[in-house]
Amino acid sequence: MTEIRLIPLGAHPRDIALDTLCARLERVIPVRLQLQHIPIDIDFALDPSRKQYHSTEILAALLEQNSTTAQKLLGITPYDLFVPVLTFVFGQAQLNNRAGVFSTFRLHNEFYGLPPARDILADRCFKEALHELGHTFGLRHCTGLPCVMNSSTYVEDIDLKPADFCLHCHEHLHSVC
Amino acid sequence: MTAFDPSEVTIMIVDDEQSVRESLEAWFEDDGYTMVTAENAAEALKQMQEHQIDIILLDIKMPGMDGLALQDRIREFNQEVIIIIITAFATVDTAVRALKAGAFDYTTKPVDPDELSLLVRNAVERIRLQRENVALRESIDHLQFVDNIVGESPQMQKVFELVKTVAPTDSTVLILGESGTGKELIARAVHMNSKRKYFPIIPVNCGAIPESLLESELFGHEKGAFTGAQYRRKGKFEMARGGTLFLDEIGTLGLKSQVDLLRVLEDREFHRVGGERPVKADFRLICATNLNLEDAVKKGLFREDLYYRINVFTITLPPLRERTADIPLLAKHFLHQHATSMNKHVDEITEEAMNMLLSYEWPGNVRELENAIERAVVINRSGKISPDDLPLQMSGTPVTSGKNLSLADVERRHIQSMLEENNWNISRTADLLNIDRVTLYNKIEKYGLKRPE
Ligand SMILES: [Zn+2]
Ligand SMILES: [Zn+2]
Repeated sequence: MTEIRLIPLGAHPRDIALDTLCARLERVIPVRLQLQHIPIDIDFALDPSRKQYHSTEILAALLEQNSTTAQKLLGITPYDLFVPVLTFVFGQAQLNNRAGVFSTFRLHNEFYGLPPARDILADRCFKEALHELGHTFGLRHCTGLPCVMNSSTYVEDIDLKPADFCLHCHEHLHSVC
Repeated sequence: MTAFDPSEVTIMIVDDEQSVRESLEAWFEDDGYTMVTAENAAEALKQMQEHQIDIILLDIKMPGMDGLALQDRIREFNQEVIIIIITAFATVDTAVRALKAGAFDYTTKPVDPDELSLLVRNAVERIRLQRENVALRESIDHLQFVDNIVGESPQMQKVFELVKTVAPTDSTVLILGESGTGKELIARAVHMNSKRKYFPIIPVNCGAIPESLLESELFGHEKGAFTGAQYRRKGKFEMARGGTLFLDEIGTLGLKSQVDLLRVLEDREFHRVGGERPVKADFRLICATNLNLEDAVKKGLFREDLYYRINVFTITLPPLRERTADIPLLAKHFLHQHATSMNKHVDEITEEAMNMLLSYEWPGNVRELENAIERAVVINRSGKISPDDLPLQMSGTPVTSGKNLSLADVERRHIQSMLEENNWNISRTADLLNIDRVTLYNKIEKYGLKRPE
């Protein structure tokens, strides 16, 4: 069974129970989660003019610092992420490789001027975690069927998609996990 | 975009910054596209020799040959590839230059993920259409512009000039003209000569759809939005995505629909009925009407703010009686068209018949002329259209004002009796008379008809 290390980046995300997130992930994909308790520093990835963190640099650092820990690494951060050219990204992962990262910054209802909602936040985190992990297991964006691997460029896209893989993606996942 | 394998689309990123190339490459790889990158113009040209590239994301500012120069070079040998310009600082000037030189679209860095994915989806949709049916589309192109709009009169030349001027811009167009003058053909000509031509033009006849249905027709609805909404349905706004929305008979739009439309035009987004999430409105708007909108505004039948929104660039189609020079041309065109489709050997119009066509007033304009010729081809036996083949009302003296009055009298009586029969139900009466509500209101006013107390 694939071991996955969940690593808080920069700080602990607000209003999110990481152990619950780990338990939920284990129920959907055949993996074992280990939770790192102390956040790692990601100041090196900060672009001061954008006040956002460069997600590609974070992925590189994750790999460097964890050469022998778990088979796969999943970073979670309360800070906003970007890649050059794009205004922001919800997350980024190496396709068919070890590391993925996602941000809770735009998953909070408050970001959109709405009252906080913990359940919704937890669901969005769960879907983002599944999605980025899916990429590390070699899954690309899934079109056509309702699937957590559908691409999301809006938070509403995340809400609309199910917290599970479609049959095709599921099959692929079980063949590689 | 159904049943389309993204790996069959190759995207090339041309940018001198490595981090830009890598992040875009990774981002599009997640969608399954085949990716190629180049760090300068020379490498880009080399990649084009080695790969069949479908879409190029091109940075303008590069050392050596810049993006615009590279685009020019590419266009010398490749008209097909879709070029999307990405600039750090967009000036209207560079954007216009890029689009004029054949770019599909442009955007600025940093770009919203949603916008970038929409840009590329639009490009992919165009590729899909190109691959699907190049030949068919070309024949349609030809038909739309060359065959169906005929006119050598100075008035029509002016119209063609206006179409050519406005088509490549994304401006809203208002087409005015009496019924039968060919407003829809002009709308299609504008669309077919615009950069949106590979996306659909969606016509909506506002006068033909009951106001109660219009909302869901335009906006679409979510599943369960109302009783009977069993499935989610795309509205016309959504179907026109990337293309053109043609609102015919806009003057008949009810006041509530006018408010709804205005909001969409201002916000550039809308909600499906029963939908929470806004959908981006991405269409060019062309409206047409045979009514005097300014008049309708004065009467409170048409919102002034909406009028100003749609009255940006106006094309006025002259009635046929004001461009009699085109009548012989049009008549021969329709003669040829209908004779061919009916497989009949009729290829001439006698001088007498032509004189009748020339002296008639044509209240129904080009459409009436076409109907008259079609009918003539049907009944003709001699191979030459003669006065006997033409409808009776064309014979005798041309329509005079005295005759007009009596026609008006007949119309007045007919409308009055229809209203009475239908207990002054305006919608139903308009329906039965086969005219729209606003026209009916105008006629009621014109003839001073009064509802009995
Ligand atoms: Zn993804
Ligand atoms: Zn899937």
